[in-house]
Amino acid sequence: MAWARKLLRVDLTKGTCTSEPLNMDWAQRYLGQRGLATKYLTEEIDPKVDPLSPDNKLIMTTGPLTGTCASTAGRYSVVTKGALTGAIACSNSGGFFGNEMKNAGWDMIIFEGKSAKPVYLFVQDDKAELLDAGEFWGTSVWDTEENIKKKHQDPMIRVASIGVSGEKGVKFACVVNDMHRAAGRSGVGTVMGSKNLKAVAIRGTLGVKVKDIGAFMTATANGKAILAENAVTGQGLPTYGTQVLMNVINEVGALPTRNHRDVQFEGAGDISAEKMHEKRASDGKSNLITNGACFGCTIACGRISQIERTHYTVVDRPQYQKASGGLEYEAAWALGAATGVDDIDALTFANFICNEQGYDPITFGATVGAAMELFETGAITTKETGGIELKFGNTKALTELAEQTGRGEGFGAEIGLGSKRLCEKYGHPEMSMSVKGQEFPAYDSRGIQGMGLAYATSNRGACHLRGYTVASEILGIPEKTDPLATEGKAGLVKAFQDATAAFDSAGLCIFTSFAWTLEDVAPQLDSACEGEWSVEKLLEVGERIWNLERQFNLAAGFTGKDDNLPARLLKDAAKSGPAEGKVNGLGEMLPEYYQLRGWTTEGVPSNQTVERLGL
Amino acid sequence: MARYVIVGAGPAGVIAAETLRQQDADGEIVLLGGEPEPPYSRMAIPYYLTGGIEESGTHLRKAQDHYAKLGIEVRQAAVSKVDTGANSLVLADGSALPYDQLLLATGASPVRPPVPGLDLPGVHHCWTLEDARQMADLADPGASVVLMGAGFIGCIILESLLARDVKLTVVEMEDRMLPRMMDQTGGAMIKRWCEDKGTSVLTSTKVTEIKAADGGGLQVVLDSGEQVPAALVVVATGVKSNAELAQDGDIKVDQGIVVDNYLRTSVSNVYAAGDVAQAPDHSTGGWSVLAIQPTAADHGRVAALNMAGVETTYKGNLAMNVLDTAGLVSVSFGRWDGGDGCETAESVDAENFRYMRLVFEEDRVVGALSLGHTDHVGVLRGLIQGDVHLGEWKARLQADPCRIMEAYLGSTLS
Amino acid sequence: MNTGKRLMQKSLHIDPGKCTGCLQCEMACSLDNEGAFNPAKSRIKVFDFHAEGRFVPYTCTQCAEAWCMKACPVDAISVDTLTGAKVVSDALCVGCKVCTIACPFGTINYNQTTGKVLKCDLCGGDPECAKACPTSAITFIDADWTGLERMRDWASKTDSGTRAEA
Repeated sequence: MAWARKLLRVDLTKGTCTSEPLNMDWAQRYLGQRGLATKYLTEEIDPKVDPLSPDNKLIMTTGPLTGTCASTAGRYSVVTKGALTGAIACSNSGGFFGNEMKNAGWDMIIFEGKSAKPVYLFVQDDKAELLDAGEFWGTSVWDTEENIKKKHQDPMIRVASIGVSGEKGVKFACVVNDMHRAAGRSGVGTVMGSKNLKAVAIRGTLGVKVKDIGAFMTATANGKAILAENAVTGQGLPTYGTQVLMNVINEVGALPTRNHRDVQFEGAGDISAEKMHEKRASDGKSNLITNGACFGCTIACGRISQIERTHYTVVDRPQYQKASGGLEYEAAWALGAATGVDDIDALTFANFICNEQGYDPITFGATVGAAMELFETGAITTKETGGIELKFGNTKALTELAEQTGRGEGFGAEIGLGSKRLCEKYGHPEMSMSVKGQEFPAYDSRGIQGMGLAYATSNRGACHLRGYTVASEILGIPEKTDPLATEGKAGLVKAFQDATAAFDSAGLCIFTSFAWTLEDVAPQLDSACEGEWSVEKLLEVGERIWNLERQFNLAAGFTGKDDNLPARLLKDAAKSGPAEGKVNGLGEMLPEYYQLRGWTTEGVPSNQTVERLGL
Repeated sequence: MARYVIVGAGPAGVIAAETLRQQDADGEIVLLGGEPEPPYSRMAIPYYLTGGIEESGTHLRKAQDHYAKLGIEVRQAAVSKVDTGANSLVLADGSALPYDQLLLATGASPVRPPVPGLDLPGVHHCWTLEDARQMADLADPGASVVLMGAGFIGCIILESLLARDVKLTVVEMEDRMLPRMMDQTGGAMIKRWCEDKGTSVLTSTKVTEIKAADGGGLQVVLDSGEQVPAALVVVATGVKSNAELAQDGDIKVDQGIVVDNYLRTSVSNVYAAGDVAQAPDHSTGGWSVLAIQPTAADHGRVAALNMAGVETTYKGNLAMNVLDTAGLVSVSFGRWDGGDGCETAESVDAENFRYMRLVFEEDRVVGALSLGHTDHVGVLRGLIQGDVHLGEWKARLQADPCRIMEAYLGSTLS
Repeated sequence: MNTGKRLMQKSLHIDPGKCTGCLQCEMACSLDNEGAFNPAKSRIKVFDFHAEGRFVPYTCTQCAEAWCMKACPVDAISVDTLTGAKVVSDALCVGCKVCTIACPFGTINYNQTTGKVLKCDLCGGDPECAKACPTSAITFIDADWTGLERMRDWASKTDSGTRAEA
């Protein structure tokens, strides 16, 4: 019940698809999705493996709640060793693909080896086959998705695919499903491309059942009521999307601007949720068309946007004049504030291209920001950029590089390295705003201290989705803490990290945690799944997952020294806003964090901790 | 008080009788059937043959007292003559049955091809319930069966024969299966589907003779010279309208009984409906005979409304068929074969037996074929018969013809 | 002929403008009818018009013309006198699929697994889809207020006769 209890193993080298029973002992200990797939990955690959070699594996995985009517329960994740980071990667996506996989009767698909030629996996319930993808290779995510549906004569097929950037080895390529939902970070699409796997297309009609339907309907109805009544999940997110944060974060002085040289962006209002709602003078329409939901989501924060038809990016290009996935906060920040660009339609266009060609807008925008700093300091010139005047605020440079990166050509191929490799190449590693090779998202840790520790210790490199203490430090969820203080943040970060691992592994969207605690999640899991699922068990599972990921990274060659932030955040004080004069106090938080985690002073889980968690 | 007489107790006749009762609470309604059975559906016979349903499952209405409760008199009687001058029928026993309004819903009969041996024991049409009973006796598992004709009825029977595990040979004189409902692409796919299931399909082949075999059974002689032994030969080589009754009077007859937009014949108080009626055709602007269930139902209803004085215009015949050939579902609508001034869009996945073909005239769909599709196929009727102007959706359908549901919604609910 | 009854009856009212495309309706429908969360088997379908940013839930309107019911050769579809819904009897349905081509709205479909056809039956008068909809895009309200006129008008256009029964 809830779990389909089987996984599909696809050997790309041999071209075979085989069904295996899901390891239900592991499911009781790692739940599903992020936790369970990480367990499989750590058991099956050498952590030192080159992420782009055939020996790396890539797992698409659902959670036990995926495909049920629990709110937001349509998620799936892609778990692999990340191409961008070389660390454990787990990128989570919404849309409808996860449900389709579950409804076809699969908890997980494990891809191993490498196909000799481009292929795609076609799954119809229990029938799975690898098919030639020659006709799709070299085409965008959008075209691939449309054409697979057309080829199989079924508009209801759900597709997850890579774009040209993933084929060309852009280090931060994603896996995009349902046109604009993405397993976005760490280069999971790059790994998929290295295996010559273009797409996974699924049609599932078998149905998903739970353990105790009566109790489950009660528990999920309670959960939905809480989401509806909560100000963030019931009003803020559906109306404004995650972009509700743009002006808020700018005001608290934590909006990283121009490659983190500033913490406030004068153009924040122009790239905000409010701007997306504003009716344009020219045609009386707004950038935002409507909000849209992922599978089973009663929050519906998704943005569907349309670019003004006369905007330079879309004139004579009808494919971009249609509505598609609009700006989320992180993308708007990276494409906008990080580069100093404040043209909402240009950002929307760059975001469309990210979806169409399948790469991560956060790392892309942040890398363009870093390249702009390299350019302005003279480390690179128009010779390297192919004539692009790569100055902060240059809108056309941003959109041109978005297209080049999508095709993996021109200076876009260098942007495709990510900021760490790019800045190292041009002699300025200090200009890469990243941890473990992955760029920061949209919160400056000088203005939100806890996020500094969350970034430094995140198992997949800098990330807001591993421990979102912004909820507490800015929004007061579950309780307000001082964003400028370091005290108590070690415990806060640990608590967020463990709970998040449990939410992710259940198959739920982390946005539910604005309203739900594990107290709300436990009854939904307990009525759906075999075994007993209490809050205590979920916290233990979350902590176990966190430590398992940590062990993978340590075995891969990371050490406590990598739990660090760029010098800019530790030494250069914020120039304005409430955090003016502040740097991040990582040194004050990290030792306590190690201690709370039961890790040695080198950041290694102690024997006692390993034993306690049964690792 | 008006007296309505309906000749023929198939779907058109039964629906007409029920509709008359809805409109006229007091009128006398007589429904004449030619077979010694309660009104039943030929469409259901194949499912009776597979053993999926009992005989009673073929009955058009299930309650035994259905007709009595509605005050509809059901009689088994053969009619020898329509006397339009006297407004009266002459029945086979010589008695007269006067009417105020008459509906001829006499249906169709199987065509008997000019082949020697069709009268031998073991040769059957599959048309009546009695035919089905006799076929069921002979189609034992492992028995050799020859099916003459791979048209709509032949293919429907084919499934029930395969379900009985017979050794089946299909002989079709045209160059493909379902020549009136499928193009070459679709016909070839259905043929391969049947062959994959162990059926021998001989197209462009004629049966020249059926002989009694030495030692029992039959021998089917083909124009190739080959002979196929058979315990049972099923003849399904098409049907023709039962228009004989109308032929000697003032009622105009062509391929069937010719009716106008009100289902009225050339005699003002005589109507025709169903397989016997040659009615205005939505697709061609001419007249056509469509021996199909939905048309019979529409005819019966519209004819009855007009008979009862509720003036109702019939919007025209639209050819439509749905067929399950041993698990492969095919659908055809309207002018699927296209023609002058038409454009087409096709999607073919032969390997997986999936096919969609749309025919456009200007920005409307006027015909369609599909294979392997079961979801939302009815909307093809909506698009065609509703004369839906597709606008920008035409280009999208040309890019992917399977987006019929979106095209319909996008074009009608904007 | 049943105008008097219709006034008392309720219909599903669909407001595409409120729909977010979450598919809770499809899950509720399939749970009630199939015993599992299985959108592929739902009687109500949400169509995603991605390029326009529009979601359209769509199911049977229980139209007065009742194309499916009239085309059924074995009387397997009947009117639930309580709700006005046209209901398929699985016991009587032989799987001939004639109704699936007769319905011009495409809202009655063949289920190859069971060999029967599927259509909305209004859940006997308390539709699960409406109860599950988080945005009130689907509501179950007095028939007079459902605003299905456009669709019904359209149905009459397709009709091979007048709307004698409407």
